[in-house]
Parts: sequence; C-alpha cells; structure tokens
Amino acid sequence: MATETTFEKQADEPTSAERTRSGQFFRPNVDIVEQGDELVLVTDLPGVKPSDIDVHFEDGELSIHGRVQPRAADAKEFLLAEYGVGDFYRTFRVSEQIDATKIHADYNSGVLTLHLPKVEAIKPRKIAVQVS
Amino acid sequence: MVFRRTDGGLAVGQLRREMDRLFGDFFGPGGTAQAIFPARGFPALNIWEQGDALLAEAEVPGVKPEDVDVSVVGAELVIKGHRGGGQPDGVSYHRRERGVGEFSRTVRLPVEIDADKVSAKLQDGVLRITLPKATAVKPRKIEVNAG
Repeated sequence: MATETTFEKQADEPTSAERTRSGQFFRPNVDIVEQGDELVLVTDLPGVKPSDIDVHFEDGELSIHGRVQPRAADAKEFLLAEYGVGDFYRTFRVSEQIDATKIHADYNSGVLTLHLPKVEAIKPRKIAVQVS
Repeated sequence: MVFRRTDGGLAVGQLRREMDRLFGDFFGPGGTAQAIFPARGFPALNIWEQGDALLAEAEVPGVKPEDVDVSVVGAELVIKGHRGGGQPDGVSYHRRERGVGEFSRTVRLPVEIDADKVSAKLQDGVLRITLPKATAVKPRKIEVNAG
C-alpha cells in the first residue's frame, strides 16, 4: 500500500569555487526531463525562501544555490536527527545549446522548476559545389 | 550493550548518551542538526524538545498541505501523505531522483502527547509539528516551604 521512498539527503563538497559561508551544505535531488524544445529541471529545495535562491547559467554551466535559514537552532538535544539542515548547492554542465535569455523559473512549496529552452536548431545549409 | 528500538526508532536517551560518549558532541555548538540516524523512511524526521512540547520537523518539498495528514494517538505520531508532480507520460527523463507517491511514517515518542493541541505548519516544503506534552508528564514545580 504505502510505497516508501527513501531518498536520503546527501551532504556534498563544492566542486570548484569556495563559498564565503561556512557550514555543511547539501546536494538537492533533481529530475531533469526533456520536453519538446526545452529541458525542464525540477529541484527540491525545502526550507529555502524564494528570495534566497540563486540560479546562474554561464558557458553551459548551470548552478543552483539555495540559502537556508538555520532552523532548530534553539534545540539543545535531538530525540531524533535523521537529516541535516544547511544550504543546497549543485551545478550541472548542460550539453544542449540553451537560450540563456529565455530561461525562466518558478518556485512552489519547496520545489524549484527551471525551464531551459533550447536554441532553435541551426538550419542545415546546403553547400553548392561548383564545377570549374 | 543492547539497544531496544521500537519501530519508529526512538531509543533516544540512552542511545544519545552512548553516542555522545563515543563520539563527543555530535550536534556541535548551536545545536545545528546533523544527520546521525539513517532515515528509516520518507520523510526523514528531526525531533527535539522545547519546553513543554516536542517539535518534529520533516522536509516534504512539493507536498501540498491538503495532501499531508498528521495524527497523534497517545505517544505515537503518524505522518501520511502523497507527493505528486510526476511528469506526464512520454517525456524522456535524463535524471530522476525525486520520489513520488504515497508515504507513511510512524514514530513512537518518548512521552504522551496532548493530541488535541497538536498543530502543524507547512511552509516552503518544510513540515513542522508542535506536539505539546500531556499534562500528566509536564514537570510540575513543587514549592519547598521552610518548616
């Protein structure tokens, strides 16, 4: 009846640049689907306010950073501690040609959805061969 | 040493002290939560004590308030729900890490809860449940009178 999904939250290390904020951070779970002429990237960012999400796309690299306000900071002793609380960060190398100006995002109940429209396919060009 | 864990996994006091003894202060200064027990299902839970109440928190991104059901019977907390949001058929997944479907989690708490006063709030994908302790288990301050 109840199918239990166990996706454990994973701690991660930054891949390249160092961050200015210390503390643990986490790799958010994503779904990436190809839908018509766009890539849709769905990311779980629980506890992140919409204003605390940074999405960057540059040179084919997409980075998602969600800053998380500390929660349970008043807790002295946990009775059960199954996940950690900290920023979310993840980067992707996007191989498809993306029209960066048309990327748009929406956020609802802890889930960020990014739409990455592909650049219109370069039209095949027929090269005429001249007979000399 | 033998730990007796109920299904929900709260052997807490004893286990916690043992962990502290073995590994020092796991939770670090400021009480920042670090995962210490592996999650026994979805959603993963953090539970801590705050005065006369226990607070339980779970990350349930994408779950709508009407799709989650919290109930308390005695000292047992049950969180049930459903996460939708799967993509329509026919799209091709490049990555699929987010689980969808029904979930259910039952946890036995170490104290009795006043079920009538339990409240739950869901914001930005984080569910926070306030579980006031039953009156019988609240500490009662006894005045000591000089004889």
